[in-house]
Amino acid sequence: MARFRVNGKEHQLDIEPDMPLLWALRDELGLSGTKFGCGVAACGACTVQVNGNPVRSCVTPVSAVEGSDITTIEGLAVNASLTPVQQAWIDHQVPQCGYCQSGMIMAVSALLASNPSPSDAEIDGAISNVCRCGTYPRIRQAIRSLRASA
Amino acid sequence: MKMNRRRFILGSTLVGGGLLIGYAASRPSKHRVANRDAGERPYLTTWLRIAPDNTVTVLVPHSEMGQGILTSLPMMAADELDADWNLVRVEQAPATDLFANGVLIKGFAESMGVSIPGVLDGLASAATMKVAEIMNMQITGGSSSVRFTGEHGMRVAGAAAREMLLKAASARLGVPESELSTSLSFVHHRASGRSLTYGELASDAARFEPSSEPILKTPEQFTLMGRSIPRVDIPAKVDGSAQYGIDAHLPGMLYAAVKTSPVFGNRLQSVGNTEAVLQRRGIKRIVELDDAVAVVADNYWRAQQALALLDIRFEETTNDSVNSRSIYAQYDTALQDELNEDVIEGDAPGFLASASDIVEATYRVPYLAHAAMEPMNCTVHFHDGRCDVWTGTQDNLGIRGRVAKVAGLDENSVTLHASYLGGGFGRRLPTGTNTIDQATQIASHFDVPVKTLWSREEDMQQDYYRPAVTSKFRAAFDNTGKLMAWENHYIGKNEPAEAAHTPYSIPHKHIAYALSDTHVPFGAWRSVAHSQHTFFLESFVDELAHRSGQNPYQFRLNMLADKPRHAAVLRAAAQKANWERNLPAGHAQGIALQESFGSIVAQVAEVSIRPDGSVQVHRVTCAVDCGRAINPDTVASQVESGVIFGLTAAMYGEITIDKGRVVQRNFPDYDMIRLRDTPQIDIVNVESGEALGGLGEPATPPIAAAVANAVYILTGQRVRELPLKNYRFTAAPVESAV
Ligand code: FES
Ligand code: FES
Repeated sequence: MARFRVNGKEHQLDIEPDMPLLWALRDELGLSGTKFGCGVAACGACTVQVNGNPVRSCVTPVSAVEGSDITTIEGLAVNASLTPVQQAWIDHQVPQCGYCQSGMIMAVSALLASNPSPSDAEIDGAISNVCRCGTYPRIRQAIRSLRASA
Repeated sequence: MKMNRRRFILGSTLVGGGLLIGYAASRPSKHRVANRDAGERPYLTTWLRIAPDNTVTVLVPHSEMGQGILTSLPMMAADELDADWNLVRVEQAPATDLFANGVLIKGFAESMGVSIPGVLDGLASAATMKVAEIMNMQITGGSSSVRFTGEHGMRVAGAAAREMLLKAASARLGVPESELSTSLSFVHHRASGRSLTYGELASDAARFEPSSEPILKTPEQFTLMGRSIPRVDIPAKVDGSAQYGIDAHLPGMLYAAVKTSPVFGNRLQSVGNTEAVLQRRGIKRIVELDDAVAVVADNYWRAQQALALLDIRFEETTNDSVNSRSIYAQYDTALQDELNEDVIEGDAPGFLASASDIVEATYRVPYLAHAAMEPMNCTVHFHDGRCDVWTGTQDNLGIRGRVAKVAGLDENSVTLHASYLGGGFGRRLPTGTNTIDQATQIASHFDVPVKTLWSREEDMQQDYYRPAVTSKFRAAFDNTGKLMAWENHYIGKNEPAEAAHTPYSIPHKHIAYALSDTHVPFGAWRSVAHSQHTFFLESFVDELAHRSGQNPYQFRLNMLADKPRHAAVLRAAAQKANWERNLPAGHAQGIALQESFGSIVAQVAEVSIRPDGSVQVHRVTCAVDCGRAINPDTVASQVESGVIFGLTAAMYGEITIDKGRVVQRNFPDYDMIRLRDTPQIDIVNVESGEALGGLGEPATPPIAAAVANAVYILTGQRVRELPLKNYRFTAAPVESAV
């Protein structure tokens, strides 16, 4: 039995301990905002936060998140009010196809929570997610606009 | 391009007290379902609807894959209509015959030259605009949506609706139309201070016949076109609510993982260890297909795990011995044979025969995969003699037809639920999508929905690839340094037909090609044939500039005297990039130019060589003439996207064939540009006011040559094969030509 909280809600799932969190979220819980891109931790589309840390859920077995607090893209906005990162993504018109953006937003939110004013080099180092549409210039602008001093 | 609007008649009708106005093609189709009195106007295809509550709903027949089409097309209709943008709603048109798009097909065909583009295979009548046979298409591709559907559908429908509203207001108020004006969804009569909303007039307006040639606005009259309007699809893409094909989640649904023969086309021979696999948790069935096997389970991961445990054998064929080297050898042989003529001007062979100094070069590029971010998938539900389909596609109708055919159903028994696309780039055209057939066959064994989802490895190894191409050049100058003869022999002939035609004025040209098919499936890949040929053309021109001691920018400019738009774009890029001035030590610039899909793009790349011998691109300056920008911010984002897509190909893109199969498996060995490699991208809009050009693709072709040309200046090494990751460069700057 796997037990964890997703977006504040307690879940108990009768699933194999080695099932990746990604598929527990998508296929068992029907939370489709977290995306499958590569399955081998190479693209970041599946990024969620586990106790606030960015984690690639496609290679994270549910046994590793037992008792943890998991936040997915669906859990960011509280009462329909967007987080500053989500708002910056709209202000800078970041998404194109949008498929990578759940993972991007989760990774960037985690970065800014631990380092509110990252340098460009720190941004480049922390955000290694793939965006096939090439929205990187806007992602960079959006993150810069969110720096604590900005 | 001149488009004859008269071919397309607008129709209108009254629905729910509102006005429905649309576009209808001028010939009936046997597929058509009438939504108005059958005899008279049997196949109205609706574009927009004005409701009594004053909202305007615009139906968009193309797929949103991030290019902003759900915003740009409604802007065009709303502008001509003088609608209040805040009252405009946007809907994705359902996949029914009524939305098939004849103008698009025609435009697509014409912009691609005389040949019918591959995506229109089997539709040879497209060029002659036999609407009846081509209406069954709903394509998003060829950078064409705004150019054709927008210019010839949306704007005409909006303008015609406005004229009808004016007529209705004139009758209602008893004043001549000439005293009326429109703005923000109102008709005003200034003299009497009276105003009526479009909603109030909608039902009256429906009584008038729409004009098929309404008066369109001139650019100075635009209120929405030319403004950066926020995209309507973005909010759903920041909170996880946007639904992609892969997100279909239905009661009782099952999941299929598939393994297809890694050597394209080889048949399935045997499947072993099935007993043990079927006993695993959640496994429902093993489905054998001609060239593949699928495991169906109640969770995708369970299906995938089980698939890996099967002992799967495929037949061997002669294709098993094909590899990238043998393909290039095959190309070289084909280029020795008799060639097909492409462009023959003057007498290049004659000039070359007598020239003392001939510049020769052979270029190659490898196969490329699309690697759209959303792996290929399709959910199919057979029930009650019908079937429902969920998938993201660049051609909803085409995919619906495909499913119907495989399922043996009538097209009207198939419902396609349109979804957002997690990337298209040509991969999600029916001609580039093998997942659909599999998904349909697999689901036909069940009465619950089955989602067939490919692993990234399947997605990469079962693509329809941008072909590998070899291109050979010979050229010669006269004794004043003027380029006189240009010979280019290359492999393959794909759309657009003019991809290998250099824009420069050269007296003698001999451009010819050999066809040399392989078993590797061909697919349209963002910008199609331009993606390879621009690298060849613009690299070789650069070689010639250096060989003749001329500045690569000036050399090009000198040969563009009869192409003022090209020259202006090239100049704009060089100017904005501060061409060859004040560059940091160790940096160099390369330049490249290409027209594609009606837009002209020039790029300057500023590059350096890292200590480890790899290439770093610092800044890309991109000048674009797309005629006129409908939504400038969308133009900018498409250009950024196109540059990065092309840069990924230039730096990393390589699909290698070995033992008949694709070597690369996933992003680690088919790498992508990421944030840390992303250059600064500066865009200059050169608004020529000419016919609208496409934008989804034109920024992709020039970047590889621009970067490689800078690498030459830094290293003295001419890059004639991509990708750049295969080189370890040593900085050895060449004397910069003046
Ligand atoms: S899907 Fe997890 S990193 Fe790509
Ligand atoms: S927006 Fe399409 S992959 Fe990032």
